[in-house]
Amino acid sequence: MPGLSLLVFLPAVGAAALLLIPRGAMRALFSLAFGFSLAVFLVSLWIFARFDPNAAGMQAVERAAWIPAYGIEYIVGVDGLSLFLVLLTALIVPIAILASWTVHDKVKEYLFFMLVLETGMLGTLVALDLFLFYVFWEVMLVPMYFLIGVWGGQRRLYAAVKFVVYTMTGSLLMLVAIIFLATRNYQVTQTLTFGFQQLANLRLPFHEQMWLFLAFALSFAIKVPLFPLHTWLPDAHVEAPTAGSVILAAILLKMGTYGFIRFAIPLFPEAALAAAPYVTALAVVGIVYGAMVAMMQDDIKKLVAYSSVSHLGFVMLGLFAFNLQGAQGAVYQMLNHGLSTGALFLIVGMIYDRRHTRMIADFGGLWKQVPLLSAVFLIVTFSSIGLPGLNGFVGEFLILLGAFQAHPGWTVLATSGVVLGAIYMLWMFRRVVYGPLVRPENRLMADLSPREIAMLAPLVALIVFMGVYPRPFLSRIQGSARVALERVEAQSMAAPLVRVESAGERTDRGR
Amino acid sequence: MTTNLLRWIPLLPLAAAVLNVFFGGRWGKRFAGILASAAVFGSFLIALRVFMLLSPDAVLRDTLYTWIESEPFKAQVSFQADALTAVMLLVITGIGFLIHLYSTGYMAHDEGEARFFAYLNLFVFFMSVLVLADNLLLFFVGWEGVGLCSFLLIGFWYEDPANTTAGNKAFIVNRIGDFAFLLGMLLLFWEMNRLGVPSLDFAALKDAAARIAPDTAVLITLLFFIGATGKSAQIPLYVWLPDAMAGPTPVSALIHAATMVTAGVYLTARLNFLFVLAPYTLSLIAIIGAATALFAGTIAVAQNDIKRVLAYSTVSQLGYMFLAAGVGAFSAAVFHLFTHAFFKACLFLGAGSVIHAMGGEQDMRKMGGLRRRLPATYWTYLIAGLALAGIPPTAGFFSKDRILLEAYASPHGSLALWLVGWITAGLTAFYMFRQLFLVFHGTSRAPESVQAHVHESPAAMTIPLIVLALGSIAAGWLALPSRDVWDPWLQAVLGRSNPAEHGEAVNETLLVALTVGIALVGIAAAYFLYGRERRVREDGPLWGTLAQKYYIDELYDFLFVRPFTAAANWLARAFDPGIIDGAVNGVAGLVRGISASGRRLQSGNVQHYLFAFLIGTILIFVYWLRR
Repeated sequence: MPGLSLLVFLPAVGAAALLLIPRGAMRALFSLAFGFSLAVFLVSLWIFARFDPNAAGMQAVERAAWIPAYGIEYIVGVDGLSLFLVLLTALIVPIAILASWTVHDKVKEYLFFMLVLETGMLGTLVALDLFLFYVFWEVMLVPMYFLIGVWGGQRRLYAAVKFVVYTMTGSLLMLVAIIFLATRNYQVTQTLTFGFQQLANLRLPFHEQMWLFLAFALSFAIKVPLFPLHTWLPDAHVEAPTAGSVILAAILLKMGTYGFIRFAIPLFPEAALAAAPYVTALAVVGIVYGAMVAMMQDDIKKLVAYSSVSHLGFVMLGLFAFNLQGAQGAVYQMLNHGLSTGALFLIVGMIYDRRHTRMIADFGGLWKQVPLLSAVFLIVTFSSIGLPGLNGFVGEFLILLGAFQAHPGWTVLATSGVVLGAIYMLWMFRRVVYGPLVRPENRLMADLSPREIAMLAPLVALIVFMGVYPRPFLSRIQGSARVALERVEAQSMAAPLVRVESAGERTDRGR
Repeated sequence: MTTNLLRWIPLLPLAAAVLNVFFGGRWGKRFAGILASAAVFGSFLIALRVFMLLSPDAVLRDTLYTWIESEPFKAQVSFQADALTAVMLLVITGIGFLIHLYSTGYMAHDEGEARFFAYLNLFVFFMSVLVLADNLLLFFVGWEGVGLCSFLLIGFWYEDPANTTAGNKAFIVNRIGDFAFLLGMLLLFWEMNRLGVPSLDFAALKDAAARIAPDTAVLITLLFFIGATGKSAQIPLYVWLPDAMAGPTPVSALIHAATMVTAGVYLTARLNFLFVLAPYTLSLIAIIGAATALFAGTIAVAQNDIKRVLAYSTVSQLGYMFLAAGVGAFSAAVFHLFTHAFFKACLFLGAGSVIHAMGGEQDMRKMGGLRRRLPATYWTYLIAGLALAGIPPTAGFFSKDRILLEAYASPHGSLALWLVGWITAGLTAFYMFRQLFLVFHGTSRAPESVQAHVHESPAAMTIPLIVLALGSIAAGWLALPSRDVWDPWLQAVLGRSNPAEHGEAVNETLLVALTVGIALVGIAAAYFLYGRERRVREDGPLWGTLAQKYYIDELYDFLFVRPFTAAANWLARAFDPGIIDGAVNGVAGLVRGISASGRRLQSGNVQHYLFAFLIGTILIFVYWLRR
């Protein structure tokens, strides 16, 4: 049974079904969209259940000719790298739809875009044909543009255009690189294909690899976002509606890091190896920089947005350590960031719904008024800080462990992120939740509603579970992470000199 | 030996904490406290059983499951108990239980009682994980977990910004230590991997320790020690502990005196096999320990807040423990940890009883003459005070005397270290009895309205005081010179340190006499100056400097906090929006400018665009195909 195709296109079917419902029937619209997203989640669970935890390769692969003239195929599959991101996506979308209950304007279109977005995201995660991947990649862009541009805040158009222009700039270069790669493959093998696994066998000369890697990397680095390409993110987050922010943070950013480990690194191992010192440096700068800038924000949402720059810096650091700890930690940290930052944006949204402000200075003393919301906020805050026992620590530790082996000097700097993270998160938490309840408006705030509890409960449960028992996740990630690193590891064994002389290593005298 | 007993020591308090979180608001406050106390008492009984099962060289193990695995790395959730663990467990659950009991009285009027007991139970959970962990990573879970509980409990009365600021300060300063601790773990793991033993299990570390490269061992132990200076409040990271007194007093007793702050000492003891490989680190530890002991002791002299005196005293006593560890006398360090837990918990709980009686007043200048009104508190306080001052036959005498002896006579010891410790002993006696006289003797300086309400605390509070006071005397008898059961018990874990054997010959009797002598001098001086009424003017630049804690907080603020905040502010307000985003918008503006000149090309007709796009793509194709 074609499980993945069902998974990917079920949301699109839901989106089409929405068109049949009259626009006034809000309840029906919401119920239908939520029902479809829930069904998608069930399908994802079914895929998870059938996933063989001991196999490293692609599973549930489906393959069909699509545009035979150009060798473009429809190939989808999951492995340990994408499995949990698929599950995360399928979990986050229904939660995001629940979070949209407060949207009253153009509900039909809103939900339509939401479901189209889900198809785009799931497709991007399972596509194994580069052209197909590119199509899904672009499909994600359009609904997000509208979600920000139509249902966003005051400067929504600026933010939406910035988001699109930034992302498009990168992705067009990637398209060129994809076409070039397929062409070169054709020259060598006389078969025209965009299939990832065939293209991965192609061995290009170093300088070509480098250009292609740069094109892919730019596209992905913007999405991550890697310092200094991050400035679209705070704007997009601040202007996007809550559900948009949640999806953006929890899933869309992961597409960048996922792109690196799925495509950029395995396709161009030598280039990736040569670029590693620079990427590592940018990642570490991002960790420190994102944290420092986050600290000084007055708007909670902007603070959380900048914290993402810092957290995703950790993921990049792990990916470019090119060892198992780094890769496993990075993939795990993608999930962690999805859960905890997703939850943070939900909480910020709930606070905003009640008070129509997100300024830190407008709050204080919330614990007295809304203890349940505050308690959840506390747990999520500490998950974000990376407290051992919660999910964030497992990923962070593995990343640091792996990165320390590869780039000890940079890792020392990166580790300072554990101090900085505590500073900005706790400072914000203290100003929002602790202290006396001074403002009279805050006395009217209601605690979590059953709907809101239903949104946060699964996230909090996973935050704790993944901190206490990460094994089911790590063991499934392990094999695929190994495969993804195979070629780059072989390269680093073959040419150790390249690494010793690379720029990042030279600064690592601290060892 | 395996057993599944160990897991229940942390799990009982965890279960009670979870129950209190979910149902604490529903069942009465009273029950929350009873449940929490019962859980810790259960853990205490199990700890006793574990103690019975153990012999000095035995280890009990209880493995639950594999926690993190990423080849070659592997960390299990696995507990072990040896002689050292057993001592720690008895302190944590035994004294922990007494403090829980005390809290049922102390917190009876507080609306957040269920939350309080949930946090307190969670602390016992993490603390017992810390001492039971059989590997460094699980140890780190406990290490950071107790930091979380400390944060939560310091800021327990969250409406006062002073409390929550102190909570943040505690967590963040500790995180600076943890930063070093993490790096230590990373370095140690890869070094172990190099040796072919990729593991952070204590047992594996102990076996492989001797093969670790000497320089690496120094670096690793230094990093762990920096971590310890955070948790155990040593120079330069001690600054959070005095502020942590903002928390409820039982918390100060349990977390910030008896247990959590000793975690750093426990760490050095647990890794003693690693530290002995790094003589450089050891001498640094001894110096930092001695310096902290003296430094904090001088500050304690000039404090007027009843709890702050005790806080600086704790910093100072922890300094003694590190002094002992630094001269390689780990057993003496843990012995002082053990006795200190009794008398310092007793002092804090006594202070709590005083504060309770005085309606929340903490300023000693507004107390006085409480001896008759609070007899149980007074007598227990006196006993614990004598123990802190090191007067025989109290516990503090035995443990402090051992440390001073080792500081002088151990192979790593020196006259200078002993001298610093000796002077500190005099200071300790002085500030302790200054406090005792100011609070309990003389005539009351409190306003009438407060005096009218002064009352002895309920039995739930006085019983723990009495038990702890008895412990403050008897705990030291485990190491009587004639019948020492302490050293043989810990020998297998902590190694032997017998200065008489390999150090130069010392006149032990003379050292003891000198130590007791200076303590008596300190008490006499305190009596002379404060015995009936205050006979000394507490002012002048020296006194002011001490009262203001040498302005260290201000110095740190100037050196670190302000520059860092200014830099962050510049990045956030100028650099990021101006330069980075400015560059982006600049590029956009440039493009707009160029395209304005070529506006005729932009017909707005989609077909034209598509056509241009197509041509471009084809050109690229052709170019590459022809190459």
